[in-house]
Amino acid sequence: MTTTVEDQPEPKAGSHPSGDDRFGLVDKALKRTRYEQHALIEVLHVAQDVFGYLDADILMYVARALRLPPSKVYGVATFYSLFTFEAPGDHSCMVCTGTACFVKGADDVVRDIATEFDVPEGGTSSDGRLSLTTARCIGSCGLAPMVLLDDEVLGKLGSEEIRQRIRDLLATEEEVA
Amino acid sequence: MAAIIDLHEVAERELEARTRYPWRVKACASTACQSAGADAVVRSIEATVAAEHLELDVQVVPTGCMGLCSRGPLVRVLQRDVDTETMYADLTPEVGEQIVTSHIKAKKPIDTHVIDEKMPFFAGQEKVVLANGGVIDPNRIEGYVAHGGYLALQKALTSMRPEEVLDEVVASGIRGRGGAGYPTGSKWSLLAGAPGDVKYVVANGDEGDPGAYMDRTIMEDDPHRLLEGLALAAYATGATGAYIYVRAEYPRAIQRLDRAIRVARRSRLLGRRILDTDFDLNIELRIGAGAFVCGEETALISSIEGKRGQPNLRPPYPTEAGLWGQPTMVQNVETLANISSIINRGGEWFSSIGTPKSTGTKVFALAGDLTNTGLIEVPMGTTLRHIVEVMGGGVPDGHEFKAAQTGGPSGGCIPASHLDTPVDYESLRRLGSIMGSGGLVVMDDRTSMPELARYFMEFSMDESCGKCAPCRTGTVQLHGLLDRIATGTGSEGDVRELEHLCQVVRDTSLCGLGQAAPNPILSTLHFFRDEYTDAVSGKEPADA
Amino acid sequence: MPERRTAVPVTFDGEDFEAYDDESVLQAARRNGIAIPALCYLEGLSVWGGCRVCVVEVAEDHRLRPACATPVKADMEIKVHTPRLDSYRKSILELLFAEGNHVCAVCVSNGRCELQDTAVEVGMDHVRYDQQAPARKVDASHAKYVFDHNRCILCTRCVRVCDEIEGAHVWDIAERGAGSEIIAEMDVPWGDAKSCTWCGKCVAACPTGSLFYHGKAVGEMEHSADIIRVLASARGKGEWLSPEVSL
Repeated sequence: MTTTVEDQPEPKAGSHPSGDDRFGLVDKALKRTRYEQHALIEVLHVAQDVFGYLDADILMYVARALRLPPSKVYGVATFYSLFTFEAPGDHSCMVCTGTACFVKGADDVVRDIATEFDVPEGGTSSDGRLSLTTARCIGSCGLAPMVLLDDEVLGKLGSEEIRQRIRDLLATEEEVA
Repeated sequence: MAAIIDLHEVAERELEARTRYPWRVKACASTACQSAGADAVVRSIEATVAAEHLELDVQVVPTGCMGLCSRGPLVRVLQRDVDTETMYADLTPEVGEQIVTSHIKAKKPIDTHVIDEKMPFFAGQEKVVLANGGVIDPNRIEGYVAHGGYLALQKALTSMRPEEVLDEVVASGIRGRGGAGYPTGSKWSLLAGAPGDVKYVVANGDEGDPGAYMDRTIMEDDPHRLLEGLALAAYATGATGAYIYVRAEYPRAIQRLDRAIRVARRSRLLGRRILDTDFDLNIELRIGAGAFVCGEETALISSIEGKRGQPNLRPPYPTEAGLWGQPTMVQNVETLANISSIINRGGEWFSSIGTPKSTGTKVFALAGDLTNTGLIEVPMGTTLRHIVEVMGGGVPDGHEFKAAQTGGPSGGCIPASHLDTPVDYESLRRLGSIMGSGGLVVMDDRTSMPELARYFMEFSMDESCGKCAPCRTGTVQLHGLLDRIATGTGSEGDVRELEHLCQVVRDTSLCGLGQAAPNPILSTLHFFRDEYTDAVSGKEPADA
Repeated sequence: MPERRTAVPVTFDGEDFEAYDDESVLQAARRNGIAIPALCYLEGLSVWGGCRVCVVEVAEDHRLRPACATPVKADMEIKVHTPRLDSYRKSILELLFAEGNHVCAVCVSNGRCELQDTAVEVGMDHVRYDQQAPARKVDASHAKYVFDHNRCILCTRCVRVCDEIEGAHVWDIAERGAGSEIIAEMDVPWGDAKSCTWCGKCVAACPTGSLFYHGKAVGEMEHSADIIRVLASARGKGEWLSPEVSL
C-alpha cells in the first residue's frame, strides 16, 4: 500500500546538500536498518539524537532515503510525543505527572514553574534558558513528586524548594557567562 | 558458530565463585534506588573497601530491585560463615562507609538503618517473576543461570514437544497480566493453530499506566527471564520471529535487553540451532517513541511496522493477521516472565497458587499515600486490605484511607468499604475497576475524586490517538465537564451528561483505550457520588 | 469471474434478510435497502472504522460493533435501531459538530452534505456539548481546490483515496488525538505540494464542505463520492482509466 513520490531523487549516502556531516550518522542508521521502511521510527530516534530535534529538512531527508511519502513521515513523527520539532532550551526540567506524583501535588509544581520562569508546558522559555516538559510516570513513585532537572533527580521536594533549585541553576550560569 | 553454553557448569562455577568472599554486599541499582542516590552509596562502599584493603574479603554486587522503593537506597550485606543477611535502608554515602568500617570490620551493624526482612512488607510476598530481584547482577547471564535460568528452555527443547509446552501453559491457568486477563493458554493455542509458515511473538514492554513499573523492573533486573519466556512461547506456538517492544522512556531496560540478547546469542541460547537443537529464534528489540496507546496490541503492531501507533479494527485478530499480515501474538512482559517457572515446576504447581480463576502471583506497584511503597509480588486473591494496611503499612501522617486506584487510566477507585475484596480479575471488574498492569495507588482523605477523575481524563485525552470520533472528541468533552464540576462551576445537568457521555465513549470507541477511559469517572461516580453532587450544588466537597 | 459467494440468513431489527458471507454488515444492509448511517466508510476504499456512526448491536453478546468492519455470519441477529444505538449515534454526531466549526448556513455544501444529512437522519436537533471552536486554517493555496480544515471531521477518505486509488499519498494525518489534522506532504500549503496530481479524487470523496472547488458559493458544492466506487471497481477489473478523467 505504501507508495513513493515520483520525483524523489535516488538516495545517496552522505548526500545532504548542506554538507552537514551529522547526516552521515543518519546514513549509518539507514544502512544498518537496510533502508527498510519499517525502521522509520528507529531512524527518527537517531536523527533526533544527532540534531537534538527534527525539522522539515531532516524529515524530508529521511523520507527520501526510505522512499516514503513526506506526509507519512511527518504523520509518524508528530504522532509520538518524544519527537520534538524545535531546539531545546539550555536547561531542561521534567516533572513526572504519574498518578503517585499527581497525588503528591505534581500539577502545582508544573503550574508554579511555568508561571515563575515564564515557560509553557512542553515548550521553552523565550530566552531559550529553560525547557519544561512533563513525563508519564517514570516509575520512581517512591520519590513523588519527582522532578528531573537536567540530569539531577529531585525527589520528595515541595514546589518552592524545586523552584529554588531552578533559580540556583539558572543563576550560576549567568555568573559564569 | 559459538560454543553451546553448559548450563550446569556455568551455574556451578558461579556459585563456587561466590564462596570466595566472606562478605558480599548487594546494592540495589534499580531506577528508584538510583534516583535516591544509590550510585554515591555504592561508590562510598567501594572506596572504603579499598581504603581498608578489604578487596579480597568483600565483593560488591549491583543487583535489581529489592522492592521497598520508598526506603531506598537499599543494600543487603551477606556474611558467609554465619550465613546471615542484613538489609539496610535509607542509605547515605556516610552510612555506606560505616557499613564497611562498623558492620564488616567491627561486626557491629548500624541498627538505625537495618530493616527486618520479616516485616509484613516482605513477609506476605511470594516471588515468582521477581525471584531474582535484589539477588542477581542483571548484566551477567551467569547470575541468572546460577538460579536455574534457561533450564526450562533446555528442558522444553530437549524433552518436550511444542504441544506439551503449550499444555503446561494451559494447565497453569495463567491469564494475561497486561489488563483484560485473557487466558494465556487460549491465546497461545490460537497462534499455534493459525496456518502459515511465518508467525511472530511479541513481548509488550510498552508499560504505560502511570504508577506501574513492574515490567520495567523485569526488563531491567532480569532480562534473561523475559528472553527465556519469549523463546518458550515461540517454541510452543511455532513462531519463527520474536520482538520485544519497549517504550523509549526506559533507556536502561533497552540497554540491558540489548546486551542480554547479544550474550544469549553468543551462548547459543538464541539464534540458530539453540542449545544444539533444531530450534532457531532471533529476538529483535523495537523502541517506542512516546505513545500510551501503543500498549494496545494492534497499535503496538502498527508501531513496530514504523507507522503511526493507531489501533486497527479487530477482527481480524493479530493471531490471524498481525505483524506484516502474519499471525502474531502479543504478550505482556510479566506474563512471559512467568513461563520459565511454569515449565520448570509444572502448570499444576502454578495453578495451586492464587485462586481457581486467577492463578499464580501478581506484581503490584504500591504508590501514593502509604507508609511503604514499592514493588510487591503476592498470590492472586490476597485482599486489598492486607496489601494496603499490612504490607503497605497503612496511610501515614494521621490521615484516613479514602480509595485505592487500580488499573491506571483504564481502572477505577475502590473505597474503604470494599477493602476486603480479594485482588483477582473478576472481583476487581465487579467493582468497576480492572487489574490492569498492577499499579495500585492509595489516596488519603485529602484527595478530591472529581479532580482525580479529571486527572485521568486529561491523560486519556492527551493519549487518544484520534482515529475514532467518540474517543477523540468525547474525552475532550468529558474533561471539560469534569473541569467545570471540579472547579465548582458545574451544574446537575453536567453530571447527568457526564454519565451519558461515559456510556457513549465506553460502548462505541474503537479500542481499549477509549472503551476504558470512562472507568475512572464511572467508578468514582458510583462510590463517591456525593462529591460530584456536592460540587455542583455549590457546596464545598466533603473533605475540604 | 466473481468468487462463489454463499447466501446466509441474517436478521436486521428482527426481519429476515439474505446476506453474502463475504460481505460486511454494512454492505449487506445497504444491498437490502436498510439504511445504516456512516461517515468514514466509502465503498472502494479500505475500511477505516473511525467515525463509529455505523455501530450496530449483535445479539450474541450485545456488544456494539462498526457495521463497516464486521463480517456477516450466518444467523447473525443485527440490531440497527434501539433506543441506545439511536441516542449514541446522535451523541457522536453532536460531538463531531462540537469539534469543528460547522456552520451550515454559510457552507458551500449546505443542502448537499453527508454530515448534514446524517445529522438529520439520526435526529440531531441541537448540540448539547461545548463548541470547541478550534482555530483551524483555510488552505486556498491550490489553484483549483480549497481545503477548509474547520469543516474536516477526520474521516480520512481524502487520505485513503489519494493513497489507494490515485497512488500519490499527498495527504496524511499529523499529530494525534484532538490535535489531529490532515496535512499535505511536510505540512506545506496544498498549492506547494509537488506530489499532488490535481486529480480531484479527495474533493470528490469528502463528506463535508471541507474540500471544494474554488469559486463555489454557499450551497453550490456537490461532491461525487460515488465516482470512487466506480473507479475502484474499474481498477479491480483491470480496466484502463485515464488519470485525466475529470471529476
